[in-house]
Amino acid sequence: MTKHFVSDTLVLLGRSLRHISRSPDTIITTAIMPIAFMLLFVYVFGGAIRTGSDRYVNYLLPGILLITVASGISYTAFRLFLDMKGGIFERFQSMPVARSSVLWAHVLTSLVANLISLVLVVLVALGMGFRSGAGVAQWLAVAGIMMLFTLALTWLAVIPGLTAKSVDGASAFSYPLIFLPFVSSAFVPTESMPGPVRAFAENQPVTSIANTIRDLFAQQQVGGDIWIALAWCVGLLVVAYGAAMAVYHRRTG
Amino acid sequence: MSTDPQMTAERVRGPVIQVRGLAKAYKELHVLRGVDVEVARGSIFALLGSNGAGKTTVVRILSTLLKPDAGTATVNGFDVATQAARVRESISLTGQFAAVDEILSGRENLVLVARLRHLRDPGGIADELLARFALTDAGTRRVSTYSGGMRRRLDIAMSLIGDPPVIFLDEPTTGLDPQARLEVWQAVRELARQGTTVLLTTQYLDEAEQLADRIAILHQGRIIANGTLPELKRLLPPAKVEYVEKQPTLEDVFLAIVGDDGTDSTAGAASPAGTKNRGTR
Repeated sequence: MTKHFVSDTLVLLGRSLRHISRSPDTIITTAIMPIAFMLLFVYVFGGAIRTGSDRYVNYLLPGILLITVASGISYTAFRLFLDMKGGIFERFQSMPVARSSVLWAHVLTSLVANLISLVLVVLVALGMGFRSGAGVAQWLAVAGIMMLFTLALTWLAVIPGLTAKSVDGASAFSYPLIFLPFVSSAFVPTESMPGPVRAFAENQPVTSIANTIRDLFAQQQVGGDIWIALAWCVGLLVVAYGAAMAVYHRRTG
Repeated sequence: MSTDPQMTAERVRGPVIQVRGLAKAYKELHVLRGVDVEVARGSIFALLGSNGAGKTTVVRILSTLLKPDAGTATVNGFDVATQAARVRESISLTGQFAAVDEILSGRENLVLVARLRHLRDPGGIADELLARFALTDAGTRRVSTYSGGMRRRLDIAMSLIGDPPVIFLDEPTTGLDPQARLEVWQAVRELARQGTTVLLTTQYLDEAEQLADRIAILHQGRIIANGTLPELKRLLPPAKVEYVEKQPTLEDVFLAIVGDDGTDSTAGAASPAGTKNRGTR
């Protein structure tokens, strides 16, 4: 059974990627909301926000990238839910297919789809004046953190995908994730926030991740934030993966 | 499709499906209360029962999707609880709702399953099945454009890939119109003709009557009757028999008016008895 894990996962990955290539709107809609936020904050609110950097879009982009992933992973829950509901999931489960291949295919698809959405958002940001002197190593570091973040959130999205009773339920879980960046350093420096809000903002994952990416783009020395960011991502990944697998085994016996 | 049913029969002797004292409860709801069933190799076996009788639960246990609370079940000589992987290699499940990928084309669906069964030449297998189920013309179209009957045919075609010796069909014709139902019946007969064992569940008396070599009636979690059609007919109350006989008559009228009885679906299959206006081709 497990000897076919890699080939089964690749076959199922090919299936999901074909879904995406036939409905590219899932990638467009993933990118539209973060791009709208970016336009709103750069051209409407940005003039009134003091961040200390010369271009607000440079300050803003890391948070926007995190929002992109938070909205993109809801499609994983959506696609998984449709598979469960449509019966094809049970077909795969009753076939001699490596058991966790079905989930891994959806997770890898999420990585690919979110990567494309992220590239779209960065291209729009470049058009709006985003500039970075970051070299290949820094870009790779940013890509690595984003992939780790996507992986963690995608495993989280697997849980509602497996358990939801309706399509709305499957995708609604991502709304709080999308709004988490607003109470962080993603849009405004946390110094301007009142005490308790600031305490929350500075100690939630988005702030450390956004700060790390911002430092990488600005070619500044990344501080202790990167370790906090990585700890959040890896911790969330381990917990979400464990919980998703537990739900999966309970659901499928 | 190359499996020789005789060879398979020699490999594992005795009934291909053996169920003993199967019980399953969801909290307080006792769905199965001790089911005993045997299915002979190469036969069509119908599990007949009303909604909620536990038919789907039996099929889900036999296809390793669900674990029983008590009792044992073997399929093709393998225990569903302890040799689930071997069972999965021996079976195909066609669930209540056509388990097809709407976004892929019919051909891509077949290729997908052939790849997942690790077979050589998935494309050739797909083309052969498309032809056999009269789907060649629709093969490159997305399944979301298919009619209910085409979808079911594709669903069954997907189940045949890899020649599993046992096929489970869970309410294969529920929700289908009469033509599509005949198409499915022909496909099932074709399967049995080639030596595949078919266990199908149905709530339609006439479906069991038309297709099955043996019929078991599942009621409130127990098998209350099990036998061939003539054996069971002696048990059924007359009122029920009258209802069964009436239904094909209306179907005859319907099909005569519509002028299509689905004979062009699978070549070479036997005609369903009881439908008289054959010969559209």
